[in-house]
Amino acid sequence: MHRTGELYGQFQTLDQQREAASLGMWVFLITEIMFFGGLFLAYTINRAIYAVAFAEASRELNVHMGGANTAVLILSSFTMAMGVWCSQTGRKKLLVVFLIATLALGGVFLGVKYFEYAEKFHHHLVPGYDFHFPDVKPEIAAQDPYINAHAQLFFSLYFGMTGLHALHMIVGAGLLLWLIAQAAKGRFTPAYNTPVEIVGLYWHFVDIIWIFLFPLLYLIDRHT
Amino acid sequence: MSPTASSPTAGLPRAHYLNQAYGIRSWLLTTDHKRIALLYLATVTLFFFIGGSFAVMIRIHLLTPEGYLVTPETYNKLFTMHGVAMIFFFLIPSIPAVLGNFLIPLMIGAKDLAFPKINLLSWYLYIVGGAFFIYSMLTGGLDTGWTFYTPYSSIYSNSAVTPAILGIFINGFSSILTGLNFVVTIHTMRAPGMTWFRLPLFVWAHYATSIIFILGTPVIAIALLLVGLERIFHIGFFNPQMGGDPVLFQHLFWFYSHPAVYIMVLPAMGVVSEVIPTFSRKAIFGYHFVAAASLAIAVIGFLVWAHHMFVAGQSTYAALAFSLLSFLVAIPSAVKVFNWIATLYKGSISYDTPMLYALGFIGLFTIGGLTGLFLASLGVDVHVHDTYFVVAHFHYIMVGGAIMGYLGGIHFWWPKITGRLYPEFLARIAAIILFSGFNLTFFPQFILGYLGMPRRYHTYPPEFQVLNVLSTAGASILAVGYLLPMLYLTWAMRYGKVAGRNPWPATGLEWQTESPPPTENFDKTPEVTWEPYDFHHRPDLGLASPGLAPARGDD
Amino acid sequence: MSEHIVSPRIYAVIGATLLIFTGVTYYAATLDLNHIYHGLNVTVALAIAVFKATLVVLYFMHARYSPKRTQLVIIAGLFWLALLLLLTLSDYLSRATMHG
Repeated sequence: MHRTGELYGQFQTLDQQREAASLGMWVFLITEIMFFGGLFLAYTINRAIYAVAFAEASRELNVHMGGANTAVLILSSFTMAMGVWCSQTGRKKLLVVFLIATLALGGVFLGVKYFEYAEKFHHHLVPGYDFHFPDVKPEIAAQDPYINAHAQLFFSLYFGMTGLHALHMIVGAGLLLWLIAQAAKGRFTPAYNTPVEIVGLYWHFVDIIWIFLFPLLYLIDRHT
Repeated sequence: MSPTASSPTAGLPRAHYLNQAYGIRSWLLTTDHKRIALLYLATVTLFFFIGGSFAVMIRIHLLTPEGYLVTPETYNKLFTMHGVAMIFFFLIPSIPAVLGNFLIPLMIGAKDLAFPKINLLSWYLYIVGGAFFIYSMLTGGLDTGWTFYTPYSSIYSNSAVTPAILGIFINGFSSILTGLNFVVTIHTMRAPGMTWFRLPLFVWAHYATSIIFILGTPVIAIALLLVGLERIFHIGFFNPQMGGDPVLFQHLFWFYSHPAVYIMVLPAMGVVSEVIPTFSRKAIFGYHFVAAASLAIAVIGFLVWAHHMFVAGQSTYAALAFSLLSFLVAIPSAVKVFNWIATLYKGSISYDTPMLYALGFIGLFTIGGLTGLFLASLGVDVHVHDTYFVVAHFHYIMVGGAIMGYLGGIHFWWPKITGRLYPEFLARIAAIILFSGFNLTFFPQFILGYLGMPRRYHTYPPEFQVLNVLSTAGASILAVGYLLPMLYLTWAMRYGKVAGRNPWPATGLEWQTESPPPTENFDKTPEVTWEPYDFHHRPDLGLASPGLAPARGDD
Repeated sequence: MSEHIVSPRIYAVIGATLLIFTGVTYYAATLDLNHIYHGLNVTVALAIAVFKATLVVLYFMHARYSPKRTQLVIIAGLFWLALLLLLTLSDYLSRATMHG
């Protein structure tokens, strides 16, 4: 299939092409919901069974870094949405600015994540790698004699879920880099801005995953 | 100079998708859905041979109660790799990736799928996944069972589990992208006049299948990913010693793997829904019900997975719920069977090869489906779980159902794909050989299972030998039934009689274009004004009933 | 079909709301709500998360202005996630060995 301008040969009109691209990205995001869903299932079951251990383990997470990252991602969603607006209204230079801002904020998120992970390694909280949960108060240990093993389950989920999320962010960053390059060439116009829209959908989805990860992992029990 | 009657290409269209470009790059870098379909055809056939070889070894080993062919450890690898190769690398892609890819754009009047490059990516993902699986076969094999139950797969097995898991994981993305492509294509690329209720039931079946691809496959991906992480990083989701639960793996695994069996059977039902009307010269009975039943099977199929886990340690209350839901899922399948039979009633039946396969499907799928109800009953299941009764049940569906649907479809559309007819007489003989061989192989297994022969065991009590020998004898006949089509279909690609546009004739849009079709499928975008399976009002296909007024388009 | 263009004002309002509710969810976690009702902390946290996610889906992802088909896809995805979670939980919660 060949391309005529921005229209791919298998489509009849640009509108049809945009509809298909948008529907395609939404369907892909549904598959991502089910993919992360399996991990959320494992989390739900294990938290229900080992509530005490999960609460203790959650307190070991750095809530300030987590909270800051949440704000960073929300801001990046805002800048991404603004980027889409720019592409819809023909503001080509401003589009590049907002895309770079989104990428930069994503970079901040990953940087903070790096420091968080490093902290965990330092404190022996990485499962399968010299894991040792710090000693807990006797009344807690009485409620759960195997708290070390159950806390390790929490951290497996922590690394699994945030790690998978970070992987998705890295992919998102790659997509943004590509978008920035194309946008800098002036490729996106009000008539054709589909790639910006669908990368935007992906980026917002990654934000939504974090919106759930933050309270479920960091805020289990911050009142004790 | 015009081609002479003896020229090999006389009668075929001058330019079509096969001769539009030559050379390996034109195949490996194609984005033409028809060529991609043929790439899949070649590679799924390869995995069919691989899976089939393991089956041959299993049946030879089981000729004697003591089993002298292989060691017990190797026997575990044989049935595991037979299952993985056949399910993940043959059955799941077979009809969707070969026939679905080829036909869906043609059937809806489009030039290609919505995302042709993603279609090619799907094939490459399949290849990479398959390569990892072959690597695992060659570096010690896999002995966990195709079900990868933990904690054996996550902790104790010493076989090549990780590469196999990686292969299946990557292959999963191939499925997901194919399903995504189909859903978007069917929603957005139908030709003018091709409304939802004018779509062929083959398309409805693939839409339903795609729903399962999209919503189910990611869950097995995460399940296998977690097993891989347990093996590599020794975390403990499924390890009881660390507080994990092996049954959680089973929930995640079967959430996909039960709907996966509908991935394997729905497309075959789609083929049957095309073949039966054509060879009864009659519109399908209850088109809307068949379409709705496809969707119902896809949806209800997601609600029954724990019937694979009745004896695994789940709560009895959950087991009761899943048992009831499993009875419900049989209903839409039964609706389809009734509708096919009603289509046959007072039809003008001809017994061409595709029809033989379709009729075989109806009978064998019914047996497989009814035995599924026995398994859905908690009490019976406790008795026959993990016996050959289960093995027979699912082979009736997978081979008697899905593979017969696949072969029926391959025969039905071979003229469209290659422009040539296969040899009809030989094909009918092969179909009968296959049907007989199949029943001789698997019917004794129902009896064996009921009598208590466990599955996945390398030995059995001597009193079961006669039935096992019958089964192996049947397998050798079945093998002949498989080999014959491979030979004559290949022969027909070059030497078969030229088919023309519509040899049967049938009513779908795909039969309106040349055989083989041009790369862009249609010379002009078609406009659809007729209802599906209308065998009486289509003078353009030579199908007008005498005495009736000429067909008029419906808006 | 032309696309609906959402104004930057709406984006700013939604963005601000999301940031505010992030603060709210943090604050709620510091209160011991489980005394009022068992499990209230996690319920509140999830409710806020769902609210935030809904805003992102409706406005940032334009779901509010998308064709019905897109909205159906979104609902189907969420429904299937619910199926996975609830049906599997039906096993665990009805086991005799499970304790809260």
